[in-house]
Amino acid sequence: MDDPLLIAGEKFTSRLIMGTGGAPSLDVLDRALVASGTELTTVAMRRVDPTSAGSVLALLADRGIRLLPNTAGCYTATEAVRVAAMAREALGTSWVKLEVIADERTLLPDPVELLAAAEQLVADGFTVLPYTNDDPVLARRLEQAGCAAVMPLGAPIGSGLGIRNPHNIELIVEQAGVPVILDAGIGTASDAAIAMELGCAAVLLATSVTRARSPELMAEAMRLAVAAGRLAFLAGRVPRRHLALASSPPVG
Amino acid sequence: MQVTINGRPRELIGGVSLAHAVALLTSAPSGVAAAVNGAVVRRTAWDTTALAEGDQVEVLTAVQGG
Repeated sequence: MDDPLLIAGEKFTSRLIMGTGGAPSLDVLDRALVASGTELTTVAMRRVDPTSAGSVLALLADRGIRLLPNTAGCYTATEAVRVAAMAREALGTSWVKLEVIADERTLLPDPVELLAAAEQLVADGFTVLPYTNDDPVLARRLEQAGCAAVMPLGAPIGSGLGIRNPHNIELIVEQAGVPVILDAGIGTASDAAIAMELGCAAVLLATSVTRARSPELMAEAMRLAVAAGRLAFLAGRVPRRHLALASSPPVG
Repeated sequence: MQVTINGRPRELIGGVSLAHAVALLTSAPSGVAAAVNGAVVRRTAWDTTALAEGDQVEVLTAVQGG
């Protein structure tokens, strides 16, 4: 079925965006990325380490996977805007996964700094995909600021707690005119399927795959779960009923 | 003169270029960005950007993350 994901006019066949964080080695990451079928992946910007061996960039270039640099580790709008500018210069992409976090314990987004950074980056010509709280009002404000997608969390980064507030995700989806990408909190395949069943346009995950016992197998599970959840969303689930409805003819 | 490159103090010859400072850390032909005192300098301008005493140089690349 032809059902592409469109972000800022760019077309993707896969609705699973897999991040590169947390993999024990580049080889494991490579196999997981391939199994996930992802066409877009996140990378972080860090100081050059002259002693580091191998480059994630070379791997991604070989696989033809498009880069989505993030601003992980930034606590203020000013820092995030600077890191985005560095990423654009280093990687030649104006796409950015905007992360502005409030504290190290929860890694929850700081909504005030996030919105300020989004406004600045949009003005600077970036395609901004903000990692945001599961707050429908903030999601709307980010869309109004010109973001190309909104990426609400299901649960804190790396927590694997799944989607803690599916009602809010549904509200965000209902009102959004840009793709809603469930970002963070996915623990296993059913979480990814639920995100898609709620109407999310895509799922972004990393830890649940890269730190699984078998990243490659979990990547495949996530690929299938996202595809299945999407189909179920398009198909339309039956309404929940209080009592039974016989599926066999009652007479005859 | 002393400049700080990625948080580490370095003793360099006065007037040395940003390109030279970056080359101390990496020879990667792409995938690297540099900033001097917080301002991003385009790669095409690294050769002609002279560093001065006390400059803070940041050299970043993409790593696994997110």
